[in-house]
Amino acid sequence: MTRVEIAGVGMHPFGRFDDRSVVDLGVAAVRAALADAGIGAGDFQAAFCGSVYSGVAAGHKVLTVLGMTGMPILNVEAGCASGAAAIDLGVSAIREGRYDRVLVFGMEKMPRGIIRSSFFEPWREEAGLAVTPAYFALRAQKLMLESGVTREMLAQVSVKNHDNGVDNPNAMFRKPFTVEQVLESKMVCDPLTLFMLCSPNEGAAAVVLERGTGSRVPVVASAIRSHLPGSVLGEHTPLSGLIDDDNPPPTTLAARAAFEQAGIGPQDLDVCEVQDTDAARELNTCEELGLCAVGGAGEFFAAGHSQMTGRIPINPSGGLLSKGEPLGASGIGGVIDVYRQLRGFAGKRQVEGARIGLAHTVGRGANASVIILGPL
Amino acid sequence: MQPVREGLFRACDDGTARLLGGRCGECQRVHFPRGETCPYCSAEDCSDAELGPRGTLWLYTSVLRAPPGYRGDVPFGFGIVELEQGARVISRLTEADPARLRRGQSMRLVVDRLHNDEDGNPVSTYAFAPEGE
Repeated sequence: MTRVEIAGVGMHPFGRFDDRSVVDLGVAAVRAALADAGIGAGDFQAAFCGSVYSGVAAGHKVLTVLGMTGMPILNVEAGCASGAAAIDLGVSAIREGRYDRVLVFGMEKMPRGIIRSSFFEPWREEAGLAVTPAYFALRAQKLMLESGVTREMLAQVSVKNHDNGVDNPNAMFRKPFTVEQVLESKMVCDPLTLFMLCSPNEGAAAVVLERGTGSRVPVVASAIRSHLPGSVLGEHTPLSGLIDDDNPPPTTLAARAAFEQAGIGPQDLDVCEVQDTDAARELNTCEELGLCAVGGAGEFFAAGHSQMTGRIPINPSGGLLSKGEPLGASGIGGVIDVYRQLRGFAGKRQVEGARIGLAHTVGRGANASVIILGPL
Repeated sequence: MQPVREGLFRACDDGTARLLGGRCGECQRVHFPRGETCPYCSAEDCSDAELGPRGTLWLYTSVLRAPPGYRGDVPFGFGIVELEQGARVISRLTEADPARLRRGQSMRLVVDRLHNDEDGNPVSTYAFAPEGE
């Protein structure tokens, strides 16, 4: 199969930037990625842009500012997986031989507070059934009932990720918390407190992908999957489902496909950046990716495996809990964080000797993505 | 009371309610709300199926602040109930205190007032109440 490599990366920090438009954010990330790759106008043959709230033809607006239009520009929406979906399209297009080099970017300016999503019909909002953090809370409770997870562990996930985020210049929250501070922060939906939830925010990220020659970090797998019918706990947030606990979630489906493409298994990973929209989501993801057994998330976390010093550090970037989540950019941001680990550029949060890393997203749709990078 | 949406549920004389779901003629599985196409096997052979009123509580939490578009009282209960007909349903719960709920608890489907509309008329939705309350 054609080897796809990362030729350059760029980010606009994640946070709140009232003086900048979403196009400004996208332009900054694209400029940085093109400079990192050492290329300019005319040096890539297609562009893929992930965004959810940026309106019509957002990617076109960014590339118009830069005078880089004329080639195909595709705008991609896939909920929290939008940026990863844009990468998936870029990877596929190079593998298929359509292009030698493509630009992938994503950007977002998220509304503040609980996200009002057109995903829900108006009557579901009126009936109080469009409460995104309540669905997160139900998943957290299921982990507490079935996977040996405690409230303290949920707080410890948040403490771990905020500790990791202190040294990430692109993160929105760079302050450590104690377990007590997390547990005593405002209750949102039991058992989840405010500091266990990530904040929707603003930012942009971009990567240049090219048909590789073996000298740069390769994308060895990219898979997107939606949910199978039946589950009531997926990010597709249905009104009903089946009494069936053996229904694999989209993350598991994407992970199986990605591990098959890469010819490796979860035991081969050195580092992961995963969706931690809330603290429980990270623990769910450990089970869904196969990093531990189903029902084993509590034991896995308590053993310290996901800490910086553990067997498979998870979210050394600080995760979405520290970075915040600008939907179109966050999936690409996770890939860039893994890329920096494999290049040895992760600074104080470097996982020593990291060769193979995984970036994961899951969200509205439901859509889940799993992208695996390396080894060089 | 005016339902929050027509075609979702029906109030019964004994104070309980039924969800207006569908049953697939091919795979026999039930779904809610009623659709023309089975959401599990894609067969277009669905007939009406009333679901409830008895169920078992599977997961639950409490919503403390009004979410977007919601005009009713807070806090309110929110959870998933397993119905005897073989479906899990996401629903409002009449009990808002998680400490008074537990997995496996017997629940029954009722009609619950959400808020009053612009003319002062009450608007209702379906909800599960702990059995015996």
